[in-house]
Amino acid sequence: MRIELVKRPQQSALYSALSPFIALALTLIAGAIMFSLLGKNPLDALYYYFVDPLREMWSLHELAIKAAPLILIAVGLSICFLSNNWNIGAEGQFIIGAITGSILPVMYPDLQSWIILPLMLIMGVIGGAAYGFIPALLKTRFNTNEILTSLMLVYVAQLFLDWLVRGPWRNPQGMNFPETRNFHQYAILPEIWPSMGRANWGFVFALVAALVAWFMLSRMLKGFEVKVLGQSPRAGRFGGFSASRMVIFAFLVSGGLAGLAGISEVSGAIGQLRPTISPGYGFAAIIVAFLGRLNPLGIIAAGLVLALSYLGGEAAQISIGVSDKVVRAFQGMLLFFVLGCDTLIHYRVRFVGSTAHKAEVSHGNA
Amino acid sequence: MVKTKDYENARKYAGNSGKRITSMKKTILSLAVAAAALSLGTMSAEAKVKACWIYVGPIGDFGYSYQHHQGLLEVQKELGDQVETAYLESVPEGADAERAIERFARSGCNIIFTTSFGFMDATNKVAGKFPEVKFEHATGYKREHPNVATYNSKFHEGRYVQGVIAAKMSKTGVAGYIASFPIPEVVLGINAFMLGAQTVNPDFKVKVVWANTWFDAGKEADAAKALIDQGVDIITQHTDSTAPMQVATERGIKAFGQATDMIKFGPQTQLTAIVDDWGPYYVKRVKAVIDGTWEQHDVWDGMKEGNVVMAPYTNMPDDVKKLAEETEAKIKSGEFNPYTGPITKQDGTEWLKPGEVADNGTLLGLNFYVKGVDDKLPQ
Amino acid sequence: MGMLEAVLMTIATAATPLLIAAVGELVSERAGVLNLGVEGMMVMGAVTGFGVALTTGSPWLGIFAAIAVGALFSLLFAFLTLTLVTNQVATGLALTLLGLGLSGMLGESFVGLPGVKLTNIDIPFLSDIPLIGRLIFGQDPVFYLSILLTAGVAWFLFRSRVGLTLRSVGDNHGSAHALGINVILIRYLAVMFGGACAGLAGAYLSLVYTPQWVENMTAGRGWIALALVVFASWRPWRVLAGAYLFGAVTIGQLHAQALGIGVPSQLLSSLPYLATVVVLVLISRNRRMTMVNTPASLGRPFVPDR
Repeated sequence: MRIELVKRPQQSALYSALSPFIALALTLIAGAIMFSLLGKNPLDALYYYFVDPLREMWSLHELAIKAAPLILIAVGLSICFLSNNWNIGAEGQFIIGAITGSILPVMYPDLQSWIILPLMLIMGVIGGAAYGFIPALLKTRFNTNEILTSLMLVYVAQLFLDWLVRGPWRNPQGMNFPETRNFHQYAILPEIWPSMGRANWGFVFALVAALVAWFMLSRMLKGFEVKVLGQSPRAGRFGGFSASRMVIFAFLVSGGLAGLAGISEVSGAIGQLRPTISPGYGFAAIIVAFLGRLNPLGIIAAGLVLALSYLGGEAAQISIGVSDKVVRAFQGMLLFFVLGCDTLIHYRVRFVGSTAHKAEVSHGNA
Repeated sequence: MVKTKDYENARKYAGNSGKRITSMKKTILSLAVAAAALSLGTMSAEAKVKACWIYVGPIGDFGYSYQHHQGLLEVQKELGDQVETAYLESVPEGADAERAIERFARSGCNIIFTTSFGFMDATNKVAGKFPEVKFEHATGYKREHPNVATYNSKFHEGRYVQGVIAAKMSKTGVAGYIASFPIPEVVLGINAFMLGAQTVNPDFKVKVVWANTWFDAGKEADAAKALIDQGVDIITQHTDSTAPMQVATERGIKAFGQATDMIKFGPQTQLTAIVDDWGPYYVKRVKAVIDGTWEQHDVWDGMKEGNVVMAPYTNMPDDVKKLAEETEAKIKSGEFNPYTGPITKQDGTEWLKPGEVADNGTLLGLNFYVKGVDDKLPQ
Repeated sequence: MGMLEAVLMTIATAATPLLIAAVGELVSERAGVLNLGVEGMMVMGAVTGFGVALTTGSPWLGIFAAIAVGALFSLLFAFLTLTLVTNQVATGLALTLLGLGLSGMLGESFVGLPGVKLTNIDIPFLSDIPLIGRLIFGQDPVFYLSILLTAGVAWFLFRSRVGLTLRSVGDNHGSAHALGINVILIRYLAVMFGGACAGLAGAYLSLVYTPQWVENMTAGRGWIALALVVFASWRPWRVLAGAYLFGAVTIGQLHAQALGIGVPSQLLSSLPYLATVVVLVLISRNRRMTMVNTPASLGRPFVPDR
């Protein structure tokens, strides 16, 4: 017996709605099995994983902090992926955005005025967009595979940041530790509601970006252009759309949003540059983009779910001593199930015996 | 038991207060904090103290985080029923650290050890919000609140002993040093090693390779091979993996272990190892919380206090062993500080006059080599 | 052992795991499947190899077990991306995540134990030839295997019928299917070959390079292997050249330091990545070369129409 997929004529609305729940159920079952094998009470473990972090206000704020960069980056990536541009270098664009955004508070710490923060954010966007422009340019000019160039540039960005904070940008008062000076008060992204928790405006940026992107994709001609060129470049050309202009557009948008995420994270949550400023947000956002099915509104939900899995992992580690490795393995499983279940939206799954298969082949192409 | 319950309730109020309006919240919060402080101060032996640790790496690194975790296990063993422990491993430095520390503070930890330099600002931030919880930050220098203490170990005392041994054992007169990052602690170790070696052989050389990692077995092995190929016949390291020890074994030269006793990885190779023993300190500090005698401090303990322990001296002739033991005893008794003049800087200028002892402030920010180190310090 | 000879030996050791993992990934990509889970499969191989060798006392059993586990682990990826047509990029990333977590769990009891080392082959007399003796006749067995593997894959892809079929699947799965080729089956096998190679590369780390187990011991080598495949424009012998170049740069940088020559190490470390971008640009500028070398269907999902 084998599994066969039959493409649905159109997306199944039923499975569109059901698939996240099927995936969740499967994850819960698999997770329960895994936790029992480890000798932990599965109900306790799942409770700490999925419910405990949502019980308190401060923790919800932390959820927003963790989700903000994931959502911001993933929204940009969704435009890229929908238009069939494979930017997997968002991590690098995030880092470069953080660096260019930090130029003012690090190199000119005496410039202290309210104008600094907006300038930093703008410079962060520009830096990220410029770094995203490189693979786009190489793709349009030389037909270079953007998956690989954008990935390579991640390492270059990481090493560049490492060199900066250990060398020219090292804090003169920092006892030689590899970090820049702390940002002054005008360079800090404020918290939304300080008495409740420490979530900063980065989360608001993320929500706004998602809404704007959603509006563009579903209500504007540009969104139509993105999708047409993504599904069929030929059809797009007949429609008068330029594929290479779209490449540039997609990379500029996603790079810019990643850069904004970078500078928001640095000025909001960290307050200085360090050798590592991202625990892999740029890569995790790829997963978020797919979990959210490349729909900006779905991405908000997906970003929150992935952020919850980080927070829940910590809660489980503290409360019942589930180790950090289990948490990662659990995240991997969750993603597999979600990705697998989404197949149901586009395809009908059939289990066929080998004889039935032969019969079908002889019927030829339908 | 009543006391504990009061404390629990107080904490619950503190946690829920975020949902109320600000002015009211403040009143309740201060009440809760007062109640918590009160119950903490008078906490009797029947109440369990919760001690929590945050590690930057996995406890399976068999190096830095592993040793801190050994300290946690010792606390469990020594204090038994009086204490409850928890830990978080592989916590990235940055935004995640602050959340992890705050989650600990809210989950009822009475004392929290944050064991990496990069947790410094996060520790101080959270400490400001939870005055009733004690915070202990390893290797940092900021203590912005009365409930933050800092602690560190003088590992360079062990390096000095290693230098003495290396100069005695080496035939080529050159030792290889695998270093992680050019931060003061590492520079301090390289210099101490050099100073120790110079007491035996004034012309001794140290070659330094910066691996730019704390932990990458492959890269550390490569660095060890590169050094050996360039003629060193003793390897020491300030990175965490056991790979250099294994390479030294393969090539038939001697090496020193780092952070843990690595004798299993080089039974015929390891001369000694500097063992980070955080156990005694952790037991002391958790006990202070139990007894209600905890106070803020900044300690830099070494051999004397039992934080820096030398693994058994092996694979060396008796006279070298004797000299090593004497050197160790001299430092341990407090009669000798490795950073005692005369010491000349690498560029030939005088740093310490004969008999002058370097002050801790200079040492903790050390950014230059002493004479004889065969390397240019990355700036 | 002379200095130059010793340096070359070190470079060979550094290059071998990269070469093996990259050649495996190359076959998978030639069949049109981009598997970003190399790091995860590699680390699973490392923990399996170490554990089996430690319990049985035989490094060879460890190696075989690592190969088997690497292939099995990649099967998970193959099932999702090929049978359920999930996105290859996202699935590969998830595979890496799962591999790093799972290997940490499995390896918890191995931490701090010295492993079993696979001993070097030493052909008498021949290995005493100056300069090249040890290099050619005194290496570890997997080193020879890695060269044979490269040669084998080069022959298979460009000289054998099945290799031609595999490449046609990667170039245009639509027409390959129309010609009656079982696209999915070929891709399953190619992905599993890639997994087996990644497993072997991981075992090389934990049994030859540094015989020990520590969490995340692959330390990003899986990603470098991915870069090498592109750097080599999907050609096996160029992968070999790339892996050795990469090894030489890494080792050379350490030697420069030991000699007291100060160059920012970050600059040197970033050279291989920048070089890859440049090479990519150069090969893709020339349309004909691109057509010849790049698997055109790379990363595209395939569902047989009927």
